[in-house]
Parts: sequence; structure tokens; C-alpha cells
Amino acid sequence: MLRFVVRRLALLVPILLGLSILLFLWVRALPGGPAEALLGERATPEAVERVRRLYGLDRPWYEQYFTWVGNLLRGDLGVSTRTQHPVLEELLRTFPATMELALTAMIFAVGVGIPLGYFAARRHGSWLDHLSVAGSLFGITIPVFFLGYMLKFVFAEKLGILPTDGRQDPLLDVVHPTGFYVLDGLVSGNLEAFADAFQHLILPGIALGTIPLAIVVRITRASVLDVLHEDYVRTAEAKGLKPATIRGRHVLRNAMLPIITIIGLQVGLLLGGAVLTETVFAFPGFGKFIADSIMARDYAVLQGFILFTAVVFVLVNLLVDIAYGLIDPRVRVA
Amino acid sequence: MSLSQAEVVLAGDSGDGAGGSLGRDAWRRLRRNPVAIAGAILVFLFVAVALLAPWLAPFPPDKPVGQVTPTSIPGPSAEHWFGLDDLGRDEFTRILWGARWSLVIGVVSLLLGMTGGLLLGLLAGAFGGVVDTVVMRFVDMVLAIPGLLFAIGVAAMLGSGLEAVMIAIAVVNVPIFARLLRGQMLAQRQSDYVLAATSVGVRRRRIVLGHILPNSLTPVIVQGTLTLATAIVDAAGLAFLGLSSNDPSIPEWGRMLADTQRYLSSAPLLAVFPGLAIIFAALGFTLLGESLREALDPKYRR
Repeated sequence: MLRFVVRRLALLVPILLGLSILLFLWVRALPGGPAEALLGERATPEAVERVRRLYGLDRPWYEQYFTWVGNLLRGDLGVSTRTQHPVLEELLRTFPATMELALTAMIFAVGVGIPLGYFAARRHGSWLDHLSVAGSLFGITIPVFFLGYMLKFVFAEKLGILPTDGRQDPLLDVVHPTGFYVLDGLVSGNLEAFADAFQHLILPGIALGTIPLAIVVRITRASVLDVLHEDYVRTAEAKGLKPATIRGRHVLRNAMLPIITIIGLQVGLLLGGAVLTETVFAFPGFGKFIADSIMARDYAVLQGFILFTAVVFVLVNLLVDIAYGLIDPRVRVA
Repeated sequence: MSLSQAEVVLAGDSGDGAGGSLGRDAWRRLRRNPVAIAGAILVFLFVAVALLAPWLAPFPPDKPVGQVTPTSIPGPSAEHWFGLDDLGRDEFTRILWGARWSLVIGVVSLLLGMTGGLLLGLLAGAFGGVVDTVVMRFVDMVLAIPGLLFAIGVAAMLGSGLEAVMIAIAVVNVPIFARLLRGQMLAQRQSDYVLAATSVGVRRRRIVLGHILPNSLTPVIVQGTLTLATAIVDAAGLAFLGLSSNDPSIPEWGRMLADTQRYLSSAPLLAVFPGLAIIFAALGFTLLGESLREALDPKYRR
């Protein structure tokens, strides 16, 4: 098992190296060059020259690349031209919000999706099955931001039972030791703050979780259907095992493999979708920060945040591979 | 009784070509699948509206045709079926014209992305070895960046606009098509007909282009149909983030949705119409693509 993990980790190195080159080239390819992009409208020839010297842009590109990677490894992702704060600081400030939101969306997608897909497969051909197939096809085509609008309009503006935007009621007296607001409410014993932060997560969580939900339902249904017709299930039935044992140990365990892979892949979708969801709900997370940085052409932020997302995505899929290895011994040898 | 007649009798089917080629078989199953019919109708409507928008639309798409103030935006009426938008333009007209832009963005970005992906996949699949390794490591790397974020990065780099959106979506699709075609070609390389062609001395180039490539294209067609759906939704997302054209005369569904955000409480229908338009267009291609996948899958062949 350890060898398997180490080998997977080693595979990360070329991917991350390539990514760093790709993003480095991306910034070099920006229209008018990074100095002009940094200065924006203030780009007089003298100012451009000064910025070029300041950031070492007058040196050869390979030297610049190594400086950039060196800075990267020390956690220096540059400075946001919009807020004048270091990019890493902004990342650490906004990412807990998005993690909270993405986790809510994931819990919604998996918590509803696996049971729904499972029962649809068990009752293959029933109305529940047809409904889940139709619903999941419909679900993957709904634009996240449109769903967000509609949820916001119905549940926040018309019915008024959930908050319209933000992460927490600004009038609440709260402390944030961890940056995860729901957790903060719990550890500081402030149950009102906990409930409030949680309520703020419901609508954006559902909006963000709907596409993953549709995908999880589909995969679970297909995977359980496949496994139900396997010989080992028939054998288990024939030797008189209890139905609960067959379902738990034979059907679900074997059906879980493709489901876990798909769940890992959803992380990329969630981080991309967070940009749209957080914009709709004015949720001050990582995605909203990216959206605001697009308008300001804040390239250091875009570069740093996208690189960070890629690293998170790759690491999550590594964890998925490891989970795979734990569930299925065949994977470890392959 | 000839052999073919015997087969028809044995198949016990109505005799309309049961047991024909995979293509004919797939077509027959497609025509009987209500999901495929629904998808085809939606796609047909979408394409028809997109092509005929200038003749179908009752008003000009870029000029105010009625009086509006931010607090009173007239809703649907006999004259204006979907009401007016925040600038007093006819919403129904703009939805019709929007189909045109969505279709253009979807098709152009699909063609660009598919061409790029197929070329890379063809290189990797045909040559193997070092070329394959280099191409596939590149593909892995690009796939490590979540699609929408990657598209945002590319569109922002290109300085936003319709072309930027199309290129961004195309770039995101390149690795997907590359990986798909390469995988298919590797699978086909092992098959008996390639062995047969090689043994009778057919040249490598002809085997790749004349035998392996055509036989690898089926999943590419399915993927292409599904990609059209995601391209339309993603383009709307990029427009929503302000990365599309900022020309107000271009009625683009994603932007129309974004522009109405301020009027959500007074005129919620202005968000509903473009939203539903996006859903129906994307749903059409999804349904069609999914039923194509099922029809072409030999597993379901009877």
C-alpha cells in the first residue's frame, strides 16, 4: 500500500512541473505583457520600464521562471493589484468559505444522490427509476447561476425563510478562530451564530450541489444495476445470505468504486461552479474573489488561484486513488 | 429459402432490417426511443429559431420599443409575449436572437476544440511511443485544471469578447477529445481487421486513416453532441461573469440573465426566460447525445 501511495505521489511531480510552466507562459502571453497589465491605464513608457525592472521582467525568461518557481515554493504568489494584499493571504482568507460551501454541496449531492440512485436501480423500470433518470438529465443542463437566482428568488425573497446573500448576518456578534463560520459558531459556543452560518449555506449549497447530484444519481444507478446482475450476487442469494448482507457487502461495496471516482472528479466542478454560485449569493469566498479579479484584470490572483485549484484537484484525485486501493485490492497491484 | 431470409425468420422481428449493420441497427433503435425523439425535436426547434430569428422576431433586438423605468418593467402582454427588458426592448425578440448566438458559440467552439483534440489524439494514437507519452502528459496536465476555471483564465487572457469565449471553451475541450480518440484508436489497433490489413501489406498511413480512424469516430460523435450542450451552458456562465462581448446590442442568453440580476425582485420573468432557453437548448443536445450513445453501444444490441 505504501509503495502504491509513493508511486502515485511521484506521478504528481511532472504534472505540477508542467502546470507551473503552463501558468508561467500564460502570464507572459497576456495582452500587452504583465507590466502593462499590472499598470493598466497608468502605463506610461517610464512606468512600464520601472515595473519591468522591479519584477525582474528585463531578465531572460528562464531566469524569470526559476525566480517565479522559487517564490512559489516559498508561498509567494505575488501581490493582488486590486487589493494590494499578498495573493496567498487572500487565498487563505477566502478558501475556508468555499470549502464550507463545497462540502455542503457535496453532502447534499452524495446524501441525496446515492440513496436515490440505489433505489432507482433496485426498482428498475418503476416510476422512481424513470423520475431519477429524467431528473438527472435535466439536472446536468441547469446553469448553476440560473438555479441560484431561482432559489434565491423563491426561498429568500418571496418566502423569506432563508437569507438572500453573504455568509453571516453582519449584525451578529461573533468571533472567527478557524475561519469556518459553522465550526466557529460551535467552538465559541455561540449557537445563534452556528445556526445563522448554516442557514447561509443552504441555498448556495443546493445550487452548487445540483449538477454533482445529477451525476451521482446517474452513476450510482448504473453502477448498482451492473452489480445486481453479477454472478457473485446470484451466488450470495443462492446460498441464502440475508438480503441486508447481500446489499451491504456485495452490491454496495462493489458499486462504490465508480461512484468514488466520480465524487473525486466533482471537486473540480465544485470549485469552478463556486465562481458562479458565490457571485449569485454574494458569498465572500474564493470563487467570488476570482469573479471580482476578472473584472479588475488582476492576473496575479487569477494565476495563483488557478494553480492552487489545480493542486487541490490533483491531490483530491490522489486521495480517490488511495481510497480505491483500500476498497479494491486489485488496484494496488496494477 | 436463402440464408438471409432464414435469418429474418429466425430473428422473429417485423423484418424491417433486423440484424443489419451497426449503423442501421442504431438508427432503428434511435427512431423508436422517445428520449431521442424529444431531444431531436428540441434540437430542431433550437436550430430553426437560430436560423430564422430575423424573420420570426416581431421587433428589432437592439432598440427600445416601449417605455420602462427601473421600478415598472411591463410583463408579458398580447403585443410583447415575454414583456420588455430593463432597457425597453422586446424580450421575446431577444430570446429568439439569443438562440443564434448560442448556436454560433456552441458550434464554433465545438469545431475548434474537436479539431484540436482529434489532431492531438490522432498523433498520439497513430505514432505511440514518445509522441504518445508527450501528448498524454500534456493532456493530463491540462485536465488537472477544472474546466470552467481554465476557460475563465483563457478568456481573461484573450481580453474577453465572443471570440475569447469561443476559444476558451474550445481549449477546454481539446484534451477531452484527444484522450477519447487516442483511447479508441489504441483499442482498434488490437482488432482483427487491422491485423488482416497489415498482413496483406496495406501501408501504415492507409491503415490509420482508412481503417482505424473511421472506426474510432463513433464515441467522438456522441461526445460532440454532449459537448454542444456543455458549451452552451459554459458560454452562458462566462457571459454571466462578464467575459463575453460587452456590446449591448448582442442578445446573449447568459448576459441577459446577468443583466437582470438587479431587477430580480421586480421582474423575475426576465431571468426565467433566458434561463429556460439555455436549459431547453442544452437539454436537447444532452437527450440526443445520450440516446445516440445508447443506440451505438453494441452492449444493447439484440
